[in-house]
Amino acid sequence: MVLVFFLLPVAAIFARVPIGSLLDQLSSDVVGDALRVTLKTNAVALVLIVLLGTPTAYLIATRSFPGRVVVLTLLELPLVLPPAVAGIGLLAAFGRLGLLGGTLQVFGLEVGLGTQAAVVLAIAFVAGPFYVRPAVAAFEAVDPTLLGAARTLGAGPGRTFFRVALPLAAGGLSAGAALSFARGLGEFGATIMFAGSLQGVTQTLSLAIYQEFDLNFDSALAISALLVLVSAALLLSVKLVAGWRSTYTSLIPFARSPSISS
Amino acid sequence: MALDLHIAHPLRAFALDLELSVGEEALALVGPSGAGKSSVLRVIAGLLRPELGRVALHGETWLDTRAGVDVSPERRRVGLVFQEYALFPHLTVRGNVGFGGRGRVDELLERFRISGLAEARPAELSGGERQRVALARALARDPGVLLLDEPLSALDAFTRAQVRTELRELLRSLALPTVLVTHDFEDAAALSDLVGVLVDGHVLQTAPPSELVASPADAFVASFTGANLLRGIASEGPAGLTAVALDAGFTAYTVEESRGPVSVVVYPWEVSVARDAPDDSAVNHVRAPIASLVQLGNRVRVRIGPITAEVTAQSVERLGLREGDVVVASFKATGARLLPAS
Repeated sequence: MVLVFFLLPVAAIFARVPIGSLLDQLSSDVVGDALRVTLKTNAVALVLIVLLGTPTAYLIATRSFPGRVVVLTLLELPLVLPPAVAGIGLLAAFGRLGLLGGTLQVFGLEVGLGTQAAVVLAIAFVAGPFYVRPAVAAFEAVDPTLLGAARTLGAGPGRTFFRVALPLAAGGLSAGAALSFARGLGEFGATIMFAGSLQGVTQTLSLAIYQEFDLNFDSALAISALLVLVSAALLLSVKLVAGWRSTYTSLIPFARSPSISS
Repeated sequence: MALDLHIAHPLRAFALDLELSVGEEALALVGPSGAGKSSVLRVIAGLLRPELGRVALHGETWLDTRAGVDVSPERRRVGLVFQEYALFPHLTVRGNVGFGGRGRVDELLERFRISGLAEARPAELSGGERQRVALARALARDPGVLLLDEPLSALDAFTRAQVRTELRELLRSLALPTVLVTHDFEDAAALSDLVGVLVDGHVLQTAPPSELVASPADAFVASFTGANLLRGIASEGPAGLTAVALDAGFTAYTVEESRGPVSVVVYPWEVSVARDAPDDSAVNHVRAPIASLVQLGNRVRVRIGPITAEVTAQSVERLGLREGDVVVASFKATGARLLPAS
């Protein structure tokens, strides 16, 4: 029963759209623009999330400092924050009239209604924790003795990070990145409040569904079908990475074959 | 070249406080788990910064808390072999050995007989092979000091005896200042020139292993070297001997003089076992059932009442000894040493 409840809405999307008209609908301008905006903003947001989130997660995982629990909790806050609240918060902080709006304008950065930077910011804010939280866990799972061993073997903190910590945490990091990307693709609430829904600029696929819902229901269905496929592909890749990772790590404590000996 | 260190550092239950100087020799720190042994190695390697301390190798200062010197671990010439070896699971044997220095990788793979495993990953290796990889990796850096944390504890009993012999020869040939820590006195005695007994953060006694056995500084050192330790009250006995009324319920005689509370120290190999009290020069006899028989190679440790005797496996067979048999354990008055009661 539960399974049917979860599967039926997804199946219904495909049941309502014949394959032929699906492709027709997807070739419209609205969908093309939304797809471009979605891919571009999500790619930029993901790069930002990974570049800034990875070192942050590594430091949180390997250093003990006062207030560590508080920092972890604050990083999780966007996970539970209602998206509309996130949008209002972003507006109040980075919008043209927000706390930092003036400062950003000095640097030539216009963030606010109708800018792609706002879309990127909204996605990074909402999807970032989906990367950072598993990344902290992945780095925590790396045996600190290995990091110590690297140091005594002449590797400085940087080389220790790139040659030991990063490769050993790679599985968890990719899974986190995929989850974060999936969350970013579906971002709606914060984006519509903070960046608006301007076709070709800030209108992502999720926002396009909302717009097309009133104008052309078939088009909304087609975009939905597209997002279902992308999300499913991402989920599958997370599962595959996790599966590969568990077989890889579970080997380590055991000698696989005692028959290999000199 | 000599390694000099002084450490004062509070640990959970006690404070680490010791001063050591190690020349081109192997020093073993032995002691019960939690005595602070591994912390000493971590301080030398720079992975743990003590509250107060000084570490210097041949005049090159790595740590001096008073002068504010603290050289980072990667710039100390230390080869540290971790207890579980800490091999990098994502790198091959070659990658592991070459991590610290690529120059001598092939030579070291050859020397440690792991050339054939160069492309294998640590998960595919046996315990003994992992240890050889860990040693090769530590030596690839051309360290000025070698540190070994429980080098044999991760090995099974069979591999252990073989690796012990190999490791002893390696340490002799390297002639590097070496500090190894172990909880096993036999390992320490087999591997090192000097043994320091570390208890609650303090070194009770540092001496060659044979000397520790011959003249232990106190009861703890004695029991650690494997001796029987019997508490009792000493008083004047017959024929110039000292009689010790033991807590265990019988009296032991010794040539050493003392009065009052003492511990009688008897090494297991000085205790003989017979079916009946023998008519020989031994004056100390304990008649009791055998509590346990533990085989150690060609020797057997026989627990008789409060005393452990060590006899050959052959004798056990000849006498047909079994658990529960009532036998007599005997030792000479000259084999019973006295230490002040601890």
